[in-house]
Amino acid sequence: MKNAYENEMKLEFLSKSCNESFARITVASFVAQLDPTIEEIADIKTAVSEAVTNCIIHGYEDKEGIIKIECKIFANSIKIEISDNGKGIDDIEQAKQALYTSKPEQERSGMGFTIMESFMDELKVESVLGVGTKVTMKKIINKGVTYV
Amino acid sequence: MQVDYNKKDKQLTIKITEEIDHHSCEKIKKRADYEIQIHLPKKLVFDFENVNFMDSSGIGMLIGRYKLVSMFGGKTSLINVKPAIKKVFEMSGVLKLIPIEENKNMGGAKVEECI
Ligand SMILES: Nc1ncnc2c1ncn2[C@@H]1O[C@H](COP(=O)(O)OP(=O)(O)OP(=O)(O)O)[C@@H](O)[C@H]1O
Ligand SMILES: [Mg+2]
Repeated sequence: MKNAYENEMKLEFLSKSCNESFARITVASFVAQLDPTIEEIADIKTAVSEAVTNCIIHGYEDKEGIIKIECKIFANSIKIEISDNGKGIDDIEQAKQALYTSKPEQERSGMGFTIMESFMDELKVESVLGVGTKVTMKKIINKGVTYV
Repeated sequence: MQVDYNKKDKQLTIKITEEIDHHSCEKIKKRADYEIQIHLPKKLVFDFENVNFMDSSGIGMLIGRYKLVSMFGGKTSLINVKPAIKKVFEMSGVLKLIPIEENKNMGGAKVEECI
């Protein structure tokens, strides 16, 4: 069967900044069953932190909303979807450019999407203005290790 | 967070002792700016020995402090940066402004050797 996954989890939490560490630690512990390296864990934690922080700062602009995370584990990879029902992104290509930020006054560096893109193997951003944003990331774990 | 000011060298050392993200940055920013404004250091050093996580929020926070110290002619640098965090720094290009120095606390060993 194509795309059959071996494990799955879903998480919903309020867009409070104290949940940023909760989110990345929870995803990291779920991924642990794939026996990732320390570096792979660090990459995933950073990418999740970027996406969740974006939902809080940009999606909901510090107002209260729900952030959803869905994780699926495949034989040797993980797929993570992080979404909000916030403001949405007008120009996704521009948003993904390194150093682009719509909030320079808040000391943002515009590196979030660049980090997600390079720390993970795949990044997809879908967004509808006024409806919300969904970021999908995939990472292959233990490249080179063969599974039976 | 541990703060140390060396009057003789006008060096302010800020040792961050938690994960650096959007949540913790607010607090770190406030305390760092307060210390910078009372001491007006010639040299600001962020010690990363106890930092095990940092995302892009940390980049923005450090550039903000760098700008503040630069207004008084001071320099900013980093010590004891772990590999996972160095990777985030390298991606951002910020090391050109805020370089990683050798680790003075451990007999001049390179940062990479101190993890
Ligand atoms: N969930 C979201 N909802 C609405 N807009 C978003 C969302 N995520 C990102 N954006 C937009 O994309 C831009 C780029 O995001 P990115 O994470 O790369 O940089 P940043 O968040 O501005 O800065 P940094 O991540 O370095 O702190 C943001 O400035 C914002 O305009
Ligand atoms: Mg961001």
